[in-house]
Amino acid sequence: MVQYEQWEGFRGRLWKDDINVRDFIQNNYTPYDGDESFLEDPTEATDKLWGKLQELQKEERAKGGVLDMETEIVSSLTAYGPGYIDEEMKDLEAVVGLQTDKPLKRAFMPYGGIKMAEQACTTYGYQPSEKLHEIFTKYHKTHNQGIFDIYTPEMKKARHNKIITGLPDTYGRGRIVGDYRRVALYGIDRLIEQKMVDYNETERHGMKGTDFRLREEVADQLKALKDMKEMAAVYGFDISRPAKDAKEAAQWLYFGYLAAIKTQNGAAMSVGRISTFLDIYIQRDMEKGVLTEAKAQELIDHMVMKFRMVKFARVPSYNELFSGDPVWATLEVAGLGQDGRSMVTKNDYRFLHTLENMGPSPEPNLTVLYSSRLPEAFKNYVSHISITTSSIQYENDDVMRPVWGDDYSICCCVSATQTGKEIQFFGARANLAKCLLYAINGGVDVKTREQVAPAYKPVTTDYLDYDDVMDKYDKMMDWLSKLYVDTLNMIHYMHDKYYYEAAEMALIDTDVRRTFATGIAGFSHVVDSLSAVKYAKVKVIRDETGMAVDYETEGDFPRYGNDDDRADDIAIWLLKTFMGKLKKCHTYRNSEPTTSILTITSNVVYGKATGSMPDGRKAGEPLAPGANPSYGAEKNGLLASLNSVAKLPYEEALDGISNTQTINPGALGNDDAERIENLTRVLDGYFEQGAHHLNVNVFGKEKLIDAMEHPEKEEYANFTIRVSGYAVKFIDLTREQQMDVISRTCHADM
Amino acid sequence: MTEQNNLKGYIHSLESFGSVDGPGVRYIIFMSGCAMRCQFCHNPDTWNMQSGTQYTADELLKQAVKYRSYWGSKGGITVSGGEPLLQIDFLTELFQKAKAEGIHTTLDTSGNPFTRDEPFFSKFQELMKYTDLVLLDIKHMDEKEHEVLTGCTNRNILDLAVCLSDMGKPVWIRHVLVPGRSDNDEYLRKLDTFIGTLKNVEKVEVLPYHTLGVFKWKELGMTYPLEGVEPPSQERIKNAEELLHVHGGGRQPEASE
Repeated sequence: MVQYEQWEGFRGRLWKDDINVRDFIQNNYTPYDGDESFLEDPTEATDKLWGKLQELQKEERAKGGVLDMETEIVSSLTAYGPGYIDEEMKDLEAVVGLQTDKPLKRAFMPYGGIKMAEQACTTYGYQPSEKLHEIFTKYHKTHNQGIFDIYTPEMKKARHNKIITGLPDTYGRGRIVGDYRRVALYGIDRLIEQKMVDYNETERHGMKGTDFRLREEVADQLKALKDMKEMAAVYGFDISRPAKDAKEAAQWLYFGYLAAIKTQNGAAMSVGRISTFLDIYIQRDMEKGVLTEAKAQELIDHMVMKFRMVKFARVPSYNELFSGDPVWATLEVAGLGQDGRSMVTKNDYRFLHTLENMGPSPEPNLTVLYSSRLPEAFKNYVSHISITTSSIQYENDDVMRPVWGDDYSICCCVSATQTGKEIQFFGARANLAKCLLYAINGGVDVKTREQVAPAYKPVTTDYLDYDDVMDKYDKMMDWLSKLYVDTLNMIHYMHDKYYYEAAEMALIDTDVRRTFATGIAGFSHVVDSLSAVKYAKVKVIRDETGMAVDYETEGDFPRYGNDDDRADDIAIWLLKTFMGKLKKCHTYRNSEPTTSILTITSNVVYGKATGSMPDGRKAGEPLAPGANPSYGAEKNGLLASLNSVAKLPYEEALDGISNTQTINPGALGNDDAERIENLTRVLDGYFEQGAHHLNVNVFGKEKLIDAMEHPEKEEYANFTIRVSGYAVKFIDLTREQQMDVISRTCHADM
Repeated sequence: MTEQNNLKGYIHSLESFGSVDGPGVRYIIFMSGCAMRCQFCHNPDTWNMQSGTQYTADELLKQAVKYRSYWGSKGGITVSGGEPLLQIDFLTELFQKAKAEGIHTTLDTSGNPFTRDEPFFSKFQELMKYTDLVLLDIKHMDEKEHEVLTGCTNRNILDLAVCLSDMGKPVWIRHVLVPGRSDNDEYLRKLDTFIGTLKNVEKVEVLPYHTLGVFKWKELGMTYPLEGVEPPSQERIKNAEELLHVHGGGRQPEASE
């Protein structure tokens, strides 16, 4: 058994023989069921650095969203010398390391697609390098080029008509979370040793293509590990050995993450489940008497500051989909262990407390792994943080733990993966609302008039007949599911080939499990439309060419979002049916298909491309986000709406079911104590029914309107709101999206 | 009460998430019908007794228990309105059945239908057996002012407060603070003194007048009597809360005047 001196005082043995961070955590963490009274205010160093960073953020906003951009150097682990928030204050930084040589400067990342990397430069007034252009067009192919070389005409058409949309074919797919804790616990040399063993084990008789691929990938991982050491050495650290104390543990772990964000511009670059892990080091240092609470908080504050600084160069079409410059540096707190113990530690409080010490912030995407069995004091503290910052989200540990164990991370906005053991192929979404319109119009897109899907028989009657529509919709979903999965298979094949995540994969087991994460958009509109056809009379309005362009609905019909089984059963049917079709498809690298009902802010863009629906939603209007009920559909208040969403079975949507609710403070209770208690009851009640996810915003419409009209007001500089699956600074949203947020149901009890 | 199984109540609307009408998270049942005509009423659409949807007590409870997981140890159901006491038979059946299910019951009433005359009084005593908490609105202490503000006397309302005190039934006293109508200091002191005589008051709440229901008056084709009256300032709310000892502490002993 290996025994490093840095491990002194740590218990357990499995984790010493093998790479097994979970075993280390379970053997060493100290559950905490007290309240927040031990927390400390920011140190002077924190105030100074955060003050400087806020100035830089202000400057960035003033410059149209980008402070600085690289054009000459291709980003890599070793592309830059050291960088600091402020050269003069660098000794104050408890955790160091930037993506480039300057704070908030965006790196040049061409491997996903040179065209997009260059367009990102020109959009913000930077001139891309001619030399790099030549290299990445003449001598080196990119992920994007690879895909467009093999896309079929049908795929291009479906993509162009946005029935499959948001595809990661122009940027990094992301959603791969390296187990960054491994760097701290084992040091790079031990990890290299293990990967060498894996590499040698890939040798077999009669090797074929897939074996060569794996050997090459592990070879790339080994190189990345060596480069990580070099990257850390630039900052004066030797990460070849394990971290010896809390400060090093935080630093080593961050270097692991930094390696990921220097080499990949994935849509989601999550940090993972690091809180309880780091607490073990902090606890050990405190017991030794070498760390105070104020210094421990400073360490977490500074680490979080780094997560608040992650930036990527994006193009306008990307920003429309994922508004507000998100990176999904998702980071989890709480949850329960398989043995039933709460995994809440003091460090979980410290991470949440960063929102008080440095104000609200969209990043890192702080996620509470919720269970009604978490300590009551902790539940009340998170409710308090929600009410005061609207910056955190909740996910149901009680439904995820049975599937993913007790050491999973959230790899994007809401999707779980087992840390270090699993990755996800991100697949954006299929617009099922549009698919319903294709079913009615025989595969012709009502907006572009192109024959996108096969020319199946359209609906010819004046009124929609439920059986007829269901029959046609079923066939159209068959077509869509196949095309969608085929398209994603191509994307992930090319991503592996041209934009492989060597640094992240180096921190994940070689024998990795893969899920294939598809997604659904337009969910509530399909449900309500089918309900309208079933329970009311829907007349088809046709234009001169005979195309169904609008619908007139006579009579009332149940809508999803009112805890009415008539509508909610359609919702469950829709999810199960589409998931069932996906399961029939062959998926790349034997990945396991899953699906999600979440849309990020892309519900606005998707809505623009979607015609009028039988539920009354007009052409071009935004779709409801994620699994949320449609605008104005909720007639029985917040809990009825929550109950509808809670009925969707998580096991059919293992990639996540996102729900965003905004509650007026006055509707939550008369004073702070009541509000905290009532919010805790809402969370308990929702998650006890098996619901998966909830974004909680607590503010009134008036505040949103004022922030939209007066973004310059100091109080709105960090005004953060939760949208589908992540948080954004409200003033960073486009006006269109701001209007969309404002128009959504705000639960005010009057 | 099996013979009452088919009794139906007129229900104006239902709200799954109530957090300000009784303790904790509550399911709120707004019943139709009210005889008072409060100038500040924000639900004039509930006045008409025959409007709304008819439900049996079982049907309502079936809806309500869907939200039980949110109630924790404090929450439950609140029946509001309109004026629930106008449908006392139905209400009694509902609360009796709720109590059989172990649900916390709260009655939100203006007290207007209250009388010690029979047959009402016996029915009321029966209802109280199944009622955990009463939210009682006292709109004005001065009878004349009360009549101006609501079109009704306050005598039976104050009598209800005394009756509940004698019964030892937990009560929250609520007062709608309307600038220029019910927010002067003298009146608030009088109310505070009255509350001081009651032995069962667990909580006093000041409900600041708001204009969110004005559009309903217009929709119903009625003239809004408080046109131009603005919601009270934070200062006036604080003043009322102090005078009424909302946050506890140092309530005046029984009136010396």
